[in-house]
Amino acid sequence: MKYIQNIGLGIFLTGLAIFTSLIFLGKYELTPELFDATINSKGIKSELFINEIKSEVLGKTFTNPFSFSDKIVTAIESANESHKQNSEWDKVIWDKPHSFSYQIAKHAGTGLIKENKGLFWWLTFGLGILGALMCIIPNVITLGPAGIKNNGVWLNPATNRGWIGWFAFVFLVGFYLLLYFRPDYIVNWTYIVDPFSESISGNMASQWFLYGFLYCTVMTVMAVRMYIKYRHNKYQVLRTTSVLFFQIVFAFLIPEILVRFEKPWYDFKNAFPLDYDFFYSWSLDELISSGGLGLFILVWGILLTLVIVPVMVYFFGKRWYCSWVCGCGGLAETLGDPYRQLSDKSLKAWQLERWLVHGVLVFALVMTGFTLYAYFSGAEGLLGVKTQTIQDIYGFLIGSIFAGVIGTGFYPIFGNRVWCRFGCPLAAYLGIVQRFKSRFRITTNGGQCISCGNCSTYCEQGIDVRAYAQKGENIIRASCVGCGICAAVCPRGVLKLENGPEKGRINPTEILLGNDVDLMDLVNQK
Amino acid sequence: MAHIVIIGNGISGVTAARHIRKLSDKKITIVSAETDYFFSRTALMYVYMGHMKFEHTQPYEKWFWKKNRIELKKGFVKTIETKSKTLHFTEGDTLQYDQLIIATGSKPNKFGWPGQDLDGVMGMYHKQDLDNLEKYAPNNKVCKRAVIVGGGLIGIELAEMLHSRHIPVTFLVRESSFWNGVLPEGESAMINREIINNGIDLRLGVNLKEIKADGNGRVKSIVIAETGEEIPCEVVGLTAGVSPNIGFIKDSDIETGRGVKVNRFLETNVSDVYAIGDCAEQHEGIGMRRPIEAVWYTGRMMGETVAQTICGNRIPYKPGHWFNSAKFIDIEYQTYGWVWAEPKDNEARFYWEHDRGKKCIHLNYDKTTREFIGINTFGIRMRHEFFDRVLSEKRSVDHVLEHLADANFDPEFYKLHEKEIVAKFNRENDTNIQLKKKNWKRIFQTS
Repeated sequence: MKYIQNIGLGIFLTGLAIFTSLIFLGKYELTPELFDATINSKGIKSELFINEIKSEVLGKTFTNPFSFSDKIVTAIESANESHKQNSEWDKVIWDKPHSFSYQIAKHAGTGLIKENKGLFWWLTFGLGILGALMCIIPNVITLGPAGIKNNGVWLNPATNRGWIGWFAFVFLVGFYLLLYFRPDYIVNWTYIVDPFSESISGNMASQWFLYGFLYCTVMTVMAVRMYIKYRHNKYQVLRTTSVLFFQIVFAFLIPEILVRFEKPWYDFKNAFPLDYDFFYSWSLDELISSGGLGLFILVWGILLTLVIVPVMVYFFGKRWYCSWVCGCGGLAETLGDPYRQLSDKSLKAWQLERWLVHGVLVFALVMTGFTLYAYFSGAEGLLGVKTQTIQDIYGFLIGSIFAGVIGTGFYPIFGNRVWCRFGCPLAAYLGIVQRFKSRFRITTNGGQCISCGNCSTYCEQGIDVRAYAQKGENIIRASCVGCGICAAVCPRGVLKLENGPEKGRINPTEILLGNDVDLMDLVNQK
Repeated sequence: MAHIVIIGNGISGVTAARHIRKLSDKKITIVSAETDYFFSRTALMYVYMGHMKFEHTQPYEKWFWKKNRIELKKGFVKTIETKSKTLHFTEGDTLQYDQLIIATGSKPNKFGWPGQDLDGVMGMYHKQDLDNLEKYAPNNKVCKRAVIVGGGLIGIELAEMLHSRHIPVTFLVRESSFWNGVLPEGESAMINREIINNGIDLRLGVNLKEIKADGNGRVKSIVIAETGEEIPCEVVGLTAGVSPNIGFIKDSDIETGRGVKVNRFLETNVSDVYAIGDCAEQHEGIGMRRPIEAVWYTGRMMGETVAQTICGNRIPYKPGHWFNSAKFIDIEYQTYGWVWAEPKDNEARFYWEHDRGKKCIHLNYDKTTREFIGINTFGIRMRHEFFDRVLSEKRSVDHVLEHLADANFDPEFYKLHEKEIVAKFNRENDTNIQLKKKNWKRIFQTS
């Protein structure tokens, strides 16, 4: 079995190495026809840019995406600079340089990968999936009988912030930086999922389609790991199935299919303010101009945030969203599960968490306030601050850096819920409802706690669960996403997630059940 | 300001310190020779298994002690001079107290086996035992086989620990079935199966004759008394129970038996000296309890109680209904009330076992009054509050079975066995108990 797993690891790493090396392969040739088509479709009026590209790029062959991107980005930036100096505002190219460069590169790329999309899919995704499953499936036997088997978690350099963890960290951070800020470097990756994109939405794959496809693939493979690891625990099995379903169907397939029917790309479960650009003017315009469905989405989006989300949190806690439905939660609970023990449990971390997560919520609300004011008043900004500037800052700092680069890239170092715990504005909103008006709690079973610390260690949200359990007190915390792992790893059956009456939900105690009843009465009623 | 000194930083001593701080402004010092900070002893196994790091077994962060003005002193108390209220440490220094709480816990039993002090022979109780195990059994290349002597809770934990690092284990148990002095036959047999199914070489009804040394004072093998069989091994775990850790008290004026003798108020024969936790011995057991209770929960309760007495509210130690829990490899165990290994004359029993043999419940009740006496539950979690209430209200076994759905504490969506259990009871006892639906109002007593 160990043998199969080692071969699997080898195959997985081969797939990963090929995937990584694809960036450096292939050629880029921009033909005059292609260039004309791009200029026409984009309505480019900058002759400076056109001439620069004609002399520097057209008819030349680039053997890597970096030099190709460099030429185009330089051309855009130098052209823009002189247009702005001369106040030729209609000639300025407003697209983000690397996004524009991506669109050109996507068409200009040639060579092995573009011609053998299927083959390269198998060599990357195929080998990756096969290898990973060969590592994971033998766990049915190697882990021993069903039960909590966290053996060696803190002895393994992959899961104890050892060298493998740091390597994974660098890789993930690098991946997200490329995805968000240098899409033109990774066009080769997008080619291998073109066939899927074309069959679903009818379009060539963008970097976001690639990301969605990869996301679903990783979640599916790692869900298999969850199914095996927690096969004795039906809560975990159902929860994993649920997040997987919502990711694949709601976050991936339905939006792409909507695009096929020329409807707006929309993820029906992605609630504002996590979906921070829902009220942006382009989004509102698009929805309003998309007929009945657009209006439905508009109403649904507002209802989701204002009614559905809080009512569901009242009955079930925020877990219904964060660990049963949400895509970020879905990745955290599958790919991130091996890293859950790395979250910081200190009081300091909790204090930081409260400032940060509520700060982001306020930021999101203020930004949306500016956005709506600008939309309805037609003004560019308010109090001398441009709406566009706030949106850009939010998109960069929160949308890209916090949610992506830090949120997932830092899994192997700070645990799998960095974004959900410290950054997600929706989680902050749900948390406030959960803390003050909900039936959900983690019940502590009388006096049974032995303070072992498994619950706190494996809490991905960094809640010191034991601090409550050892006092016989229920756990009521805004940040709890109800993953249920604390209850699963508890060796003494002390914790249970449940939705019960609000009365008595918060039950601070001094003397635990099992001691002298008179003493309990005396002390607990003080 | 009175100075309270507590010897021992385990659950008993630390609970006492916390509660004294809540109730008063007294100066508090906790003395320990074992570790700098309080840790959960029951969690040591998870450190070796790699589930946690040692830091994770410490329930309080370092700032906690300072914030609560609880001073921590590392040192080994050599003698207690009660007349001058002075502690003498092996390092030569002394400490004055106004009131002293002895909470030094237990130490593993050794029964004078030849070779019991060799390198590679260890208990599994102290932090130092963990360090020793890491040294002598880091993996299955250094330690090709380990032998465990003594079939109690610590024995099976040690077996699970070694098993987690793929070290072959031979487990010598004196009794004819695992822990059958405490567990009835069905439960005991279930745990025997669990041990064997995990590939552990379980030897029932055997005793250790001697531990043999190699040329360098290290363990080479053990010999079984009954068969004379010699088993080569690198590590021997001695887990034949624990006894109070009170060697340093023997020469003082404080009365000791097996443990430090205390009255119901946890006071020793010397005024201003108290003893709590594993090391305390009641003159007579309370209710059905033993005079010495080496259990996490009772240590904590004594700590809660003695703090009241020290802070001016003198109250006796009066534990409520018995409860306990453990985990036998993958099988969780909880017990509420009393279920003896053998039924007493007035007792009737009901046993249900799941067909896969990894879950069971065992009910004990009075034959004539049908009053519920206790339950053992394996592989099914149950609510402490439910059974505590049932016992206080002296409910019948029929009431318990009727409300079994309220008692269940398994995670949501788990398969429920209550119908099956009640049906079996009805069949065997010719009763017609109807299972009631789970009811939040009853569970949380909110109506």
